[in-house]
Order: sequence, then C-alpha cells, then structure tokens
Amino acid sequence: MIIDRRALLMAPLGAAAVAGLGFLIVLQRMQAGKFDPRGVPTMLIGKHVPPFELPGITAGGFSSDDLLHAGRPVLVNFWASWCAPCREEHPELMKLKASGVPVWGIAYKDTLIDARRFLAENGDPFQRSARDDPGRVAIDWGITGVPESFVVDAQGIVRWHMAGPLTPAIVSQQLMPAMARAVS
Amino acid sequence: MMRWLALAMLLALALPGPAWAIADPSEALANPAEEARAVRIGEQLRCLVCQNESIEDSGADLARDLRHIVRQQVAAGRSDRQIIAWMVARYGNFVRLSPPFTWLTALLWGSPLIALLAGGAAIVFRGRPPPPPAPLSDEERARLQSLLGA
Repeated sequence: MIIDRRALLMAPLGAAAVAGLGFLIVLQRMQAGKFDPRGVPTMLIGKHVPPFELPGITAGGFSSDDLLHAGRPVLVNFWASWCAPCREEHPELMKLKASGVPVWGIAYKDTLIDARRFLAENGDPFQRSARDDPGRVAIDWGITGVPESFVVDAQGIVRWHMAGPLTPAIVSQQLMPAMARAVS
Repeated sequence: MMRWLALAMLLALALPGPAWAIADPSEALANPAEEARAVRIGEQLRCLVCQNESIEDSGADLARDLRHIVRQQVAAGRSDRQIIAWMVARYGNFVRLSPPFTWLTALLWGSPLIALLAGGAAIVFRGRPPPPPAPLSDEERARLQSLLGA
C-alpha cells in the first residue's frame, strides 16, 4: 500500500489543526471561568468533612460535629488576615451574611491578634469562627492556599468547592445554586 | 606567594559548594536511613503551591508542613505506600509527580508506544522507491552524444 505524498504532507497540518482546536477550547473554558489550569481538584466532593476540632477567634471555635449538627447547609470559608485575595473576597462574604447564608470561617495560619483585627476592621461575616494556626486541619481538607470555600450540606457532606476568591459571578452562578441543591 | 594564595582562594570560591536543600537542617530526622527514605518519598510528591517542584525542593509553607508530616509518618514506621496514599487521599493523584497508570492516564503512558507504532507504520507503508528509469533509446543516446559534443 502506497500513501499519497500529499496525504503525508497533510498529516502534520491536520495534527496542528487538532491541537489548535484543543487550545482554543481550553482558552475559552479558562475565559469563562470553567477551567483553572493551576486548580487542584478537591477530593472531598461527595464525602464527609474530615474530623476536626478547632479553637475560636472571638468566641468558642467549632468542630466537624458542629457542622453535622448545623441542620442546614453551611459555607465553610478558609481565610487569613495576611491573604490579599481574602480581602478582595470579603465584601462577598459580608453580602452572603446579609442575605442569611451561614458562613463558618476558619483562619488559616493566622495569629489570634491579626485575625481579630481583620474582622474588627472589615466586618465579621462569620456565624462561627475557628482558627487553624498550625494549618494541619487545612491539609486534611486538601487546602492548597487561601481563600478556599466549601458548601457542606446538613449531613456533613461536601457538595461544592472553590479555590480562590468568591466573586459576584461565582456566587450567583455557582455558589447559590449549590447551596439550593444542598438543601434538597 | 600572595598571588598563589589569592588564586587558591579564587579557586575555592569557584568550586561548587555543598548543595543545601531548602529544608532547614533542623527539619531532618536524626536517623540518616529514615531521613533518606523521607527525602525519597518527598521527591515523589508535588508541592501544591509551586506546582512543578517536589515538596523537597519547594520553599513554600505548605511544602514544609507536608515534609514534616512525611517525616512524622516515616518515624512512626509507616510504609512509603501508606504515606503516599495518605497524601493522595487529601490532594488526589495530582500530588504524585509520577502519575499512576489509570484509564485517565493511559494515553499519557501509552504515547511512547503509540509514537513507536506510528513511526513503524509510516516506514512499512512508505511504499517502494520509484522504479529505475527505462534505459535510453538509440535516438536518445544519439542526442545525448551530440549534446555532450562528442
């Protein structure tokens, strides 16, 4: 069997076209916020939150058992006073609090003083606050940086995850539908 | 004499120094065999912050915490496989710098074989070289002679 020389020449061109189409799809998904090439997929979706018990910031902290007994879906937010994207995200958390979404915060590798000052200066969006100074509980949650947010349903199962700051678009298009799904 | 001394000092500076790992020496386990095992495990684990480095090479806080956890588990006598499974349970297979063979990574691991097969197929199906040209006719030979001016 002899392959036409012209067909042989077209093969690399065809391969380049397929690769180009692939890149185009990836870029479009990145632009639409559907794909983050640096994002680490969470292992917790559909699983129970890892067992933990953490001290508080202004009042007592909370544990995985408290999440189980919250009786309704909770947004768990890992943050830190030293983290710039957390400042960027903060107004969104305040808006969520105002609209009645229970947000439970865990300060990651933060001192008590800095965490308190941050909440005093910027407002405290958290229904309950805890502090993970050694960052060990965060590793059990598969945290790679702050901020990261999780929707935990009333059974203590993680239903949604976001690595990076919450934006108005993410809140309305992804988080709120995930909270609604977590109720049912 | 001074010149030789200066030269020796220059040479000493030019020699590669000991390759310090980023790890603080105080992080290392006291038992050298255990430390070597911890390094071997750490080199297989991706730093989730600076994603193209292993946790042994990375200066990130999270990498330091993970190095510490690897060493705690090595000291506790857990096997390499158990320690890597502990990491995978939290961060997924992404944490392994060498991905395991699964149906998702089949194309990745299979690509050398696919390239080899494609190359082999190209050689086999390239076809025979074109047949040698027919010998010249008398007329052509005569023309050639006249062109060459013989």
